[in-house]
This record gives sequence, C-alpha cells and structure tokens, in this order.
Amino acid sequence: MSNAPQPPGTSGSAATPDGDSDLDLTLLEPVEHPPVEDWTTDLDHTISDYAQNAPEIWAELRDECPVAHTDRFGGCWFPARHEDVSSIAHDTENFSSRGIIVNDMGFRGESPVGFAPPITSDPPFHQIARKLLLGPFSPKAVAALEPATRETCRSLIREMLAEAADNDGVVDAATAYSQHIPVRVIARMLGLPETDGEKFRAFIHRILEKPGQVAVTPGETMAAYLEGVILERVDEPRDDLISYLAHADIDGMPLTPDHVFGSIALLLIAGIDTTWSAIGASLWHLAQNPRHHEQLRTQPELWPFAVEEFLRFYAPVTMARVVQEPVQVGQAEMSPGDWVLLPFPSANRDPEAFEDAETFVIDRQKNRHAAFGLGIHRCVGSNLARMELRVALQEWVAAIEAFELADEDPEAVRWATGQVRGPRELPVRILGATPPQPTTQPTGA
Amino acid sequence: MRIEYDRDACQGHNRCYLLAPEVFDVDDEGYAVLRITGEIPSELEEKAKLAVDNCPEYAITVVQ
Ligand code: HEM
Ligand code: SF4
Repeated sequence: MSNAPQPPGTSGSAATPDGDSDLDLTLLEPVEHPPVEDWTTDLDHTISDYAQNAPEIWAELRDECPVAHTDRFGGCWFPARHEDVSSIAHDTENFSSRGIIVNDMGFRGESPVGFAPPITSDPPFHQIARKLLLGPFSPKAVAALEPATRETCRSLIREMLAEAADNDGVVDAATAYSQHIPVRVIARMLGLPETDGEKFRAFIHRILEKPGQVAVTPGETMAAYLEGVILERVDEPRDDLISYLAHADIDGMPLTPDHVFGSIALLLIAGIDTTWSAIGASLWHLAQNPRHHEQLRTQPELWPFAVEEFLRFYAPVTMARVVQEPVQVGQAEMSPGDWVLLPFPSANRDPEAFEDAETFVIDRQKNRHAAFGLGIHRCVGSNLARMELRVALQEWVAAIEAFELADEDPEAVRWATGQVRGPRELPVRILGATPPQPTTQPTGA
Repeated sequence: MRIEYDRDACQGHNRCYLLAPEVFDVDDEGYAVLRITGEIPSELEEKAKLAVDNCPEYAITVVQ
C-alpha cells in the first residue's frame, strides 16, 4: 500500500489538465505597467527600464533598502541581499512555492503540489516529484549528451558564419546561435520535434516575459500542444522523457495527468530561456572583453572557473515565493498571500557574500554562487545547463578568433523583462573565424 | 587534513564533483559521495579546499 501523499484536488482520469494552463492565458483587460519612479517602494521587474538597468538597481537596493516592495501584482517584496535570499529559499514553512511567477492575474496554485511539480511543490510532496527527475538530469546522464550538443553547436556556427559572410560579418548571436542550443537539446530529451522550437519560444515568451499580458487563443496554448503529444506517448511509449513521465509511478501509483503535464511543461519551459540567457550574456561579455576571449582560447584550465563566474555574474533567473504565515525579514513585515521575489542574480553580486562582487573574475576560486537557486529546489537541470553553457562557449571560442558588438553602445542590447533576464538580440561583428568541421567527417581527406 | 560532508545540507549542486573528482563522486541522483573519509593525501588538499570554497550549501567542511 502506498502512503505517498497524493495531490489534492486532481481529477485523475482525463488526460486533460485543468488549471495548469492559466498562466498561458491573457487577461481581458491587461494591467498597466507605468514607469517606476522609486525602485525601493514600487519595483516592477516586468518593464524594460528594470531589465536594462537591473545590476544598478540591485546595487542601490542592497546598499540602501534592502527589502524593496511594490503594490503592483497585488503586493510583492524584493529582498536584494544574499543573506535574505538564502534564508527565504531555505524556509519552506513560511514561504511556499505554489506561486513562482509573479503575475497580474493573482494566479497561484495549491500547496503542496502546484501546477508544475516539483518547482511549484512544497514538502513533503516536493521531494517525491523531484526524485522522479533527478536520474535523467544527473551529471553522469548529462555527460552522455555532450557529444551531440557539441555537434549541434558546430552546425549552428557553420550556418551562422555563412549568414555573417553575406552581411559584412554581422550576425545576431542571440537568435542565430544561443537560442537554438537549449531548444534542440531539450526537444531531443523530451522526444519533441526540434523544428517546433518557434512554438516553444512563443509559450515561454507569454508565460515568463509578459505573464498575462499577451493575447492568445485557447488552441495556441502550451496545454493544447502538449496534451496531444502526451496522449500519443501514453499509447505508444518511446525512449524519451515524455514517455518516461507518462508511465512513471510513485510507489506503484501512476502519476495524475496533471502531474505528468505539469512536469513536462516545466521541463520544456525551465531550460530554454534560462540557458539561452546565460549563453547570450556570456557572449555579450566576451564581445566586450577580448582579453577574456583570448584567455579562454589559450588556457583551457580556466573553463571550470570561467563557467561558474559567467553563471554568477550573469545569473539569469529570479524565482518567487508566496508568503504562508506572517513573517518578518529585516524590517519588512510580510503577510500571507504576499509575493516575494528571490533575486538570485542580486544575491550573486552582494559584496557581503563575494569578494570584489561587482568584478568579473575569470578564475574566481571561491564562488558559492546561487544562480541555480539554494535549498531544496536547486535547479534539476543545473548539470545540463552547465554542460550546454560550457560547450556553447567552447565551440564559440574555438571557431571565432575575434568578434565585437555590432552596435558600439553595449546598452543597445535588449534584455528580457520578467524573471529570466538575458539579451534577446545580440548583433555581433565577426572579425575572424574558422568554420568548425563536422566531427563525423573523416579527417585528413 | 580531513573532509566532513553533510548529506542533509547537500542539494546536489555538484560543484565538488566537478572540481575535485578524486575526492567526491556523485550518485545516480546527483548527490555527492565522499570518496576519501580518512586523511586527504597532501597532493589533493588544494582540490579538496576548492570543493569546500565552492559549495553553495556549505555542506563540506575541513577538519584538521
Ligand atoms: C542557466 C540555465 C538555468 C538556470 C540559471 C536555472 C535556474 C533555476 C533556479 C534558480 C531554480 C530554482 C527555483 C526555485 O528556487 O524555486 C531552478 C529550478 C529548476 N530548473 Fe532550472 N535553470 C536553468 C536551466 C534549466 C534546465 C536546462 C532545466 C531542464 C530542462 C531546468 C529545470 C529546472 C527544474 C525542473 C527546476 C525545479 C527544481 C525543483 O523545484 O526541485 N533548469 N532553475
Ligand atoms: S557542492 Fe555541495 S551541495 Fe553540491 S554536491 Fe557537492 S556537497 Fe552537495
């Protein structure tokens, strides 16, 4: 007999999820997001002013505030310091994951399962849902995906260089290179066509960048897309993660359809913009710091440190929690139902936690960064993301001898709004390159 | 020098395994496994300290 906690309020029979796609629907009357005058009392992470200036805003808040607030989104807190981010992330009693994307719809799920386990789940169910995913994303499982990922990067670079050659050496590194890598890798793992990448990015844009702010018809939602695919795999399992989850069990009990859908939606959403952002921001950095580019070309022993420093300095992901019990953080008195953003990127630049925190140190030896979160929700995909980032950058620096930003003003790059921050367009000028050879081609011909 | 590893604090960030694979292995779920429970050989001390300094969860400590 199973004594595993079962999700409350889940329907159980139809393969049609209910409630989980709410985040991918639009409000009839989108809420206005006026410009912000004072970040300490009216912070809004969904406007471009925030995205363009985030590191400066974080620094100001860490120094002066340090727990900012806004009445937008029905009330939301923003603890800027590492110490507070860490203590909230570790306090799953007072802070629930039933809401992790701050939105205008007031949309939150139900504890302890939520709409996308395990990221929306609380203990004790969280660990059960998480355990199902740990195996396929463990370091050793991920190592097996490295050769194919490398090949993907090489073929993208070949295509990109051909495009650049027709365009005075200028190409958009975000849309021609970095955005495709995580899409192809996760599509392969889930067993979805790599050519559906455009659709995945549309779901993600609506859910992460402008939650509830973009119009969509029910037929275009992620739920509509995934339902069909899941049903196919229920009937005819293949060797992929969708089939694995569709047939997985918890102590002999099959997962509910909502759980299967939620976890698959999570894997599709969680790994794409995040990794795209990390690769893109790292390339933005290298374009402006040719010395670091050269060091990576000539000193391979730097890689393990450099990858973690890119992740620290350009951490793309801010998570959120919902306050469960009245609780005090510093001077801030938080009430049940309040949102709390967890800005891991700001924590990563806190001088109290890192020496020389605002400097990019390519061989930083002490780097306990929180880019993948802290506590029980540590990113399940961290080993995969780290591998993708390393391979994407290794292949880039191996092929591209020199490059620069096409626009002289580094601030001209558009950074994504919302809780995943990275450059969404990154026009660069290639100044010297050797197209990579396909690994499968016989050498010395 | 010896290393102490706290399995309850470990969240599987795998920084230790990447930096000091001679000292840390990783299990099928991605949690660290301490390979050397006794005295750390002197040639591995530096790597072991790197693992300590990079664990985001403070799950590894040096005991002299
Ligand atoms: C650079 C890329 C990435 C970054 C910075 C990142 C960041 C994060 C962060 C900060 C969390 C913690 C959430 C919380 O505390 O509520 C998280 C959770 C998660 N991430 Fe990632 N992520 C990345 C890539 C990926 C990839 C590639 C996947 C897999 C396809 C993935 C899957 C997940 C999952 C399943 C969780 C939920 C874990 C749980 O709640 O137990 N992520 N990620
Ligand atoms: S670095 Fe720390 S949290 Fe990560 S696996 Fe090692 S001991 Fe665990």
